[in-house]
Amino acid sequence: MEIASLPDARLVARCRTGDQDAWRELVRRFSRYVYAISSQAFRLRREDAEDVFQEVFARTYQHLDRLRDDEAIRPWIGQLTRRLCIDRLRAGGREELTDVEPSSVGADETIERLDEALAVHEAMAALPEHCQEILDRFFARDESYQTIGGELGIASGTIASRISRCLAKLRELLEGRNPGREPSSGR
Amino acid sequence: MNPYDDEHLAQLIGALPPAPEAWVQAAQELPFARAQLDDIVARAEADAEFRRALFADLEQALRLEGYELDSLPLEELRRRLGD
Repeated sequence: MEIASLPDARLVARCRTGDQDAWRELVRRFSRYVYAISSQAFRLRREDAEDVFQEVFARTYQHLDRLRDDEAIRPWIGQLTRRLCIDRLRAGGREELTDVEPSSVGADETIERLDEALAVHEAMAALPEHCQEILDRFFARDESYQTIGGELGIASGTIASRISRCLAKLRELLEGRNPGREPSSGR
Repeated sequence: MNPYDDEHLAQLIGALPPAPEAWVQAAQELPFARAQLDDIVARAEADAEFRRALFADLEQALRLEGYELDSLPLEELRRRLGD
């Protein structure tokens, strides 16, 4: 099984043995999530977001031996990122120190949406590579049809229909994973 | 309403743009760089000649010992050697 296809728990187990490729994959797998929590949920300044990003992965590596449940790496990283963002805001003095956690109002709702986004990205990994590429470039990297066409060597006039077909495949995958799922509200 | 309609899927895919590549690379290399740092500091504590060479010219001493300078956080190393 390719390292990128390993479930989280097996990836963590490989990291624990000192497998450098596994660690690189773990960072790659959660990098967008950690970045999005600091920049979208807590709106940290770029330099603060970078510090939090590095600290999250440094602590993750240090704590690999102490994880109670390898399956829980995802929520564990999410919680750690959330906590470090709050610490950063407190240290920066940009929030009044009260009993209420700074900037957690609204942040939790955003993190919930990011959790859902992470699940969708995870499902994308099961799509054909060309679909992963085109969906990621268009929606996540905000590239134009022209740029995508040039990079992937396909006519830009066909990109909209390709995106539509790839979204349909993604929808099938997600519906297969979550049959009968209730619609999420207002997004 | 389909919870996975095109608009919703587009928003969710777009919610996770890539982190800056340099951040990702640094995080990927960090544990191994720190392990190397531990090794260098331990050697410096045990080997007076190596320690002198590090203090005289850190980068040259490391190069001579075969370390890849690009992968080492040199400022952190200087701080730790100075402690």
